[in-house]
Amino acid sequence: MEKNIALIALFAAVIAALGLIPKITLGFGVPITAQTLGVMLCGTVLGARRGTLSVLLFLLLVAIGLPLLSGGRGGLGAFATPSAGFLLGWPVGAFVTGLIVEKWRAAPLGLVATVASVIGSILVIYVFGIAGLAIALDKSLPEAALLVLAFVPGDVVKAVIAGLLTAALFKARPASVLSR
Amino acid sequence: MISLSSPVKTRAHDWPAGAKLAGLCAATIVLFFIENLALHAAILVVVAGVYLSAGALFFKAGLRQLRVLWPFVAIVAIWHIWTDEMQQGAVILLRLVSALALANLVTMTTRLSDMIDVVQVLTRPLAKLGLNPVALDMAIALVIRLTPVLAQKGGQLTQAWRARSQHKPSWRILLPFTVLALDDADHVAEALRARGGFTPLKDP
Repeated sequence: MEKNIALIALFAAVIAALGLIPKITLGFGVPITAQTLGVMLCGTVLGARRGTLSVLLFLLLVAIGLPLLSGGRGGLGAFATPSAGFLLGWPVGAFVTGLIVEKWRAAPLGLVATVASVIGSILVIYVFGIAGLAIALDKSLPEAALLVLAFVPGDVVKAVIAGLLTAALFKARPASVLSR
Repeated sequence: MISLSSPVKTRAHDWPAGAKLAGLCAATIVLFFIENLALHAAILVVVAGVYLSAGALFFKAGLRQLRVLWPFVAIVAIWHIWTDEMQQGAVILLRLVSALALANLVTMTTRLSDMIDVVQVLTRPLAKLGLNPVALDMAIALVIRLTPVLAQKGGQLTQAWRARSQHKPSWRILLPFTVLALDDADHVAEALRARGGFTPLKDP
């Protein structure tokens, strides 16, 4: 119980801290805002249930007025911008990501976590995000999708990093990777 | 950690937080059903007036918070000038700005402690589903406390990297960062257990 609470709170803090640390630059000069990487890790490391709770806890703290989103954003306003759909997709994304890692045990963890992050934390979150954009900007779904396609390659890179990190964490601290 | 509630004290700071949140929900829903341009313009003027009534400093802080909208404003403006549906575009833009300004207004005029009280009331029914209210309170406090700790550790790792390499920190720095976080979780869990944990005290 205490370990679960500590891990759930810690990963919510990891998502927040990933928005605070100086931007990490990838090999070919693309800066990434790492907060969705945090969402992926919640799913791949904590598993479906705890990962979802962790993301929900993070969003709760954002909603009650803490500036935890990257760039120091937060408050109820974060849920009133056109991109709020992405935030609402985060817990669902973490759940799907975690579920895939929990159920699919036949392949190496790094590969599983990468694929799970692509399906759970990119596909699912974009479905929510695009729907939110379409509603807020009064556009059709394909038109809204067009606006965010440019962000997909960066997110795929994050999914690969999430996979590599999960595999490495499983080697370093197997007892703390609860999804396996 | 500093909450986003405004240091400029307003009368609305003393209003019940639950009522403000309910009002915000209602207002946002209504905004999405209004299609009349003049009405939207009037609403925005009223919202701006409310901000101004709390003073110039409050108004400026409110304006700063709206800057996140500019990419969306640009996209919608270009789109609707291109398709020649300016009136529809103006309705969308005014609605975006009003909705965000109203939401920010509630955040700016509500203290963090009042918000946490509302969270406690709203999550009370979840106790029947197995959510431990003490655990939720503790989790909220832990995140608030641990975020700056983790950010500081991340900063130290970045400095250690810079001291040893000519290159900028790459994603590899995330592994020690997450390992540190997992170890912190272990220590926090031990500390919580040592202090009695979350087993609720039975009434005698």
